[in-house]
Amino acid sequence: MRNSLAAQLPATSAEAGGLGALSVLAAVIRRDLLLALRRKSEVLTSLFFFVIVVSLFPLGIGPEMALLRIIAPGVLWVAALLAAMLSLQRLFATDYADGTLEQMVLSPAPLGLLVMGKIVAHWLVTGLPLVLIAPLLGLQYDLAPQALGILMLSLLIGTPLLSLIGAIGAALTLGVRGGGVLLSLLTLPLYIPALIFGAGAVEADISGLGAVGHLSLLAALLALSVFFAPWATTASLRIALE
Amino acid sequence: MGGYAFYVWGSFGVAAVALAIEPLLLRKRQHDVIDSLRRERSADQQQGKTV
Amino acid sequence: MNNKIIHWFKFGSPQSFYPLAGKMLPWFVALAVILGIAGLWLGLFVAPTDATQGEGYRIIFIHVAASWMSMFLYAVMAFWAGIGLALNTRLSSMMASAIAPTGALMAFLSLWTGALWGKPMWGTWWVWDARLTSELILLFLYLGFIALQAAIDEPRRADKAGAILALVGVVNVPIIAFSVKWWNTLHQGASISMTKAPSMAVTMLWGMLLMALCLWMYSIAMTLMRVRAIILERERHSDWVKHAVE
Repeated sequence: MRNSLAAQLPATSAEAGGLGALSVLAAVIRRDLLLALRRKSEVLTSLFFFVIVVSLFPLGIGPEMALLRIIAPGVLWVAALLAAMLSLQRLFATDYADGTLEQMVLSPAPLGLLVMGKIVAHWLVTGLPLVLIAPLLGLQYDLAPQALGILMLSLLIGTPLLSLIGAIGAALTLGVRGGGVLLSLLTLPLYIPALIFGAGAVEADISGLGAVGHLSLLAALLALSVFFAPWATTASLRIALE
Repeated sequence: MGGYAFYVWGSFGVAAVALAIEPLLLRKRQHDVIDSLRRERSADQQQGKTV
Repeated sequence: MNNKIIHWFKFGSPQSFYPLAGKMLPWFVALAVILGIAGLWLGLFVAPTDATQGEGYRIIFIHVAASWMSMFLYAVMAFWAGIGLALNTRLSSMMASAIAPTGALMAFLSLWTGALWGKPMWGTWWVWDARLTSELILLFLYLGFIALQAAIDEPRRADKAGAILALVGVVNVPIIAFSVKWWNTLHQGASISMTKAPSMAVTMLWGMLLMALCLWMYSIAMTLMRVRAIILERERHSDWVKHAVE
């Protein structure tokens, strides 16, 4: 993969300037999507994981629809957190193993931009499918059509947030022993606000309070992390590669 | 303690034990480091004598 | 002025801080013991029995102090970690690593005493009260920091990675606290607010203040002890450590 990346990334800073930030971003996203398409099983694993976890809860709790309707937002959101967790380990690991990451750090294109591209690709591959399949799973829990819409919307705002925050944890635990378990220990507490506002939006809609407040707070968190998370991730990657 | 003895002493007791154990563990850690450094040093000196 | 700056930076090196920490240690231990005795005497013997909570309220003398310290220590830890990352000073990073376990202990004590307070007052060991929940998450953040540093063998990488985690954590702590409070008010029926603290007599307030100061001094003493051990462990191959051990 090293060659294909080198071909797609600008070789000099002058070239990078000429290409513009957007095309660098697009190149990284295109490359990661291409890689993901070649390894479909990895993409499908986290999606199936999400579906299975959500389907397990009624088996553990019982099929009472009144109860399921109440726990649905929380179950779907917690399952989304765990699914994101599962896929995060591979965010930088393969690039780290084959040396591509080192080339990225050395490349004249700003590392923050490359990292952003990888995060966007990660979301497209693992976050977006969850958003799309969520209403189907929501139906299993007898959610009303409007609640299903809010669920999709909250996941649409929330899952990029999960990828952004998770990228920091993935970069920090890169090449560290016991990385997978450690990653969840570091990242899950940081996911709590996303969980509260995301699941809360759906609950507020069901109870007739309106989901606007929750959703706008979730969006504010997303805006905040778009600025800070790539910076923290970049710093962590540089430390890991020192 | 007006019926609350278990809860009050449970709180203060555990806190006292925890706050007493921490310095003891730290002292042990400090002694362990110094001991291993001393051993290293005496090993070095013995080696110096034989050579 | 210039001399003064140099003087202070001198203690920024582990080599000169090690003996200094050793000299300061007994003073902070003594202060912690004195303040602790005074605080316990006020809290357990002088402070009057509370009208609504009886003698059970006396748990707050340790509970509130431990909670305050757990939050304060996280901020101090992030501060030292950030300084270590920005200025590349080894001692600051060692301070951050030395604070973390004591901070985690404070968070644990806060939860433990909170549970023992909750049982007689609310009839249950655990309520999903906003403050207790935030405290639990704070404990998780401490454990994450400790686990990350423990998993990285190379000390400087452990310092820097821990620093980024601590900084991300310290930005997140207010957000988490706010979100948990928001969540708690939305689910008001499920829990009882802890804000209905007993109206404070002046002696109670003094007892709490003394206990908080006691734990503060205790934390400083433990941090100094731990940082001394960390310095020896990390600098074991340097000449000054070999001479200091003699």
